[in-house]
Amino acid sequence: MHRVLGDRRAVVLLLGPALLVYSLIMLVPMVWSLGYSFTKGNTIDGFTGNGVANFSRLLHDPAVHHALWFTLKYAVVVTAGQVVAGYLLALLYVFFLKRASALIRTLVFFPVVLPTVAVGLLFQKFFQVAPQTGPVNSLLNAVGLDSIDFFGSAGSAFWVLVVMDIWRSMGFYAVLLFAGLIDIPDEVLESARLDGATGLRVVRHIVLPLSLPVLMSSLIFSINGTLKVFDSIVALTNGGPGNGTTPLTLYMFQTSFTYSDYGYGSTIALLLTVVCLLVSLVVYRVSRRDLTEG
Amino acid sequence: MATIDTAVKTSVRSTSTPPAKTSRPRGTRLWVKIVVALLLIVEIYPLVWMFLTSLKSNDDYLNHSTWSLPTHWEWGNYSEAWTTGHIGLYVQNSLLAVLPALALMLLLGTAAGFALQIMVWKGRSLTLLVFLAGMMVPPQMILLPLFTVYFQTGLSGTLGPLILTYTGTGLPLTVFMMATYYRSVPRELFEAATIDGAGILRAFWTISVPMVRNALLTVGLVQFFFIWNDLLIALTFTNDQDLRTIQVGLLNFTGDFGATQYGPLFAAICINVFGTLLIYLFLNQKVMKGLTSGAVKG
Repeated sequence: MHRVLGDRRAVVLLLGPALLVYSLIMLVPMVWSLGYSFTKGNTIDGFTGNGVANFSRLLHDPAVHHALWFTLKYAVVVTAGQVVAGYLLALLYVFFLKRASALIRTLVFFPVVLPTVAVGLLFQKFFQVAPQTGPVNSLLNAVGLDSIDFFGSAGSAFWVLVVMDIWRSMGFYAVLLFAGLIDIPDEVLESARLDGATGLRVVRHIVLPLSLPVLMSSLIFSINGTLKVFDSIVALTNGGPGNGTTPLTLYMFQTSFTYSDYGYGSTIALLLTVVCLLVSLVVYRVSRRDLTEG
Repeated sequence: MATIDTAVKTSVRSTSTPPAKTSRPRGTRLWVKIVVALLLIVEIYPLVWMFLTSLKSNDDYLNHSTWSLPTHWEWGNYSEAWTTGHIGLYVQNSLLAVLPALALMLLLGTAAGFALQIMVWKGRSLTLLVFLAGMMVPPQMILLPLFTVYFQTGLSGTLGPLILTYTGTGLPLTVFMMATYYRSVPRELFEAATIDGAGILRAFWTISVPMVRNALLTVGLVQFFFIWNDLLIALTFTNDQDLRTIQVGLLNFTGDFGATQYGPLFAAICINVFGTLLIYLFLNQKVMKGLTSGAVKG
């Protein structure tokens, strides 16, 4: 029987092309990029080896420290925001809107498919103070407050970024978590209610533990995406003011293409990759432990 | 956990009066309505504002309240964006890069998914893991070597680099999702078919592909949004102004007019948004299912 399904020639023909393209576009360049880390130069001027100079520069570069700190801060805040907002929405869908939630779910999900560049430009104009007072500042003026120059300082620009990325993706996490909540058997909730548990108590002692697995996979997915944030920042602030909102991804891009230093750019890319792997590993380990305890 | 549960149960049982069932829903319903209304305003108003602004003249935009309706409805902003702003060209470039990449990715990914899930051979779970690893690594890690190769092979002045890079970076998720879909197709089906004289390659194409037609649409949609909305790869490999995709073009939109023309700029943003909106309008359930199932890969 297995003779047909074990046909080696067929396996090679079916899998070969995909594996070849994947290797050439992803695997080989990854290793190659590793090699670039020990060089200086770029494609047009050529490369010269310079040992571990890029790595010692990485350790002492204040811009890298700032970008790393910004990346982590952004990832933690936005991940928390996305998952919490998504979870609250999912609870709203399941327990309050019930069957009527399909339309709301679809509407709130909608920004997920919008091009990030478009959303970034839209929010830039929505929060702007000059040349025209945008809707947010108009609202502030209407209630008697002064306009805020949101993009004038890194601190406020960061929060606009956070608001934008939560706005963009909370519908996604809501649907993801909704699928987990809907799986909770009605009898379990019913028996809890019969026992007199209400509201927050049901959520805390029954809903939350039972939806922990899907909550954890949302968390992993979100942190994996937010560590790699690029599009939203380029479109909204382009890393500014100064380098106030520059994450590692953007710093790598600027180093490589604005300053044509591919060697150091590759070193920053490597740092980013290591950070992604470490964080995923930690989150994964923590989530495993929580699941076995719960 | 068990002790807390029983503690809650016993403590709650001691309260004799059951929760008043009739009054509660009415009370909650009002705040639910308010929350939903706020939610919808927050989700939808920015888009309405964007659309209204796209119909204003520069003077109208700069000198009237941001809340106001356009004094004249400047539909000409759209043709201005499309031609003078080159959005037409950028949309065309995007389509020329996205569609071939999508076709290639689906074809290769389906074949690989079949080989990894239906066929029986040593090392297939390891191969799947190798594909999965590609989803973890940030794309920054592959940009510079690819740039060098595309430059040295002379591909740089074309859309080729985009098509190749999109295909390669999209394969991990495509292969994984297709392999998952093939899990629900029984192997016996192909064993029976091949006994009837059809080769396994033919069985793949004539029997298995029609069976996963639905999955192909779902994966295709998910990947379409990813590639269409991509900025990083497009920004890296389109040095030529005439090769810009819609996202890169939109990012540099203001540069083409000298001074910023707000009406056409918003019109360009709208054109970009409405494309995806249209797809979402018709296929939203599939899009939602596809995008979220791509996430629960664990």
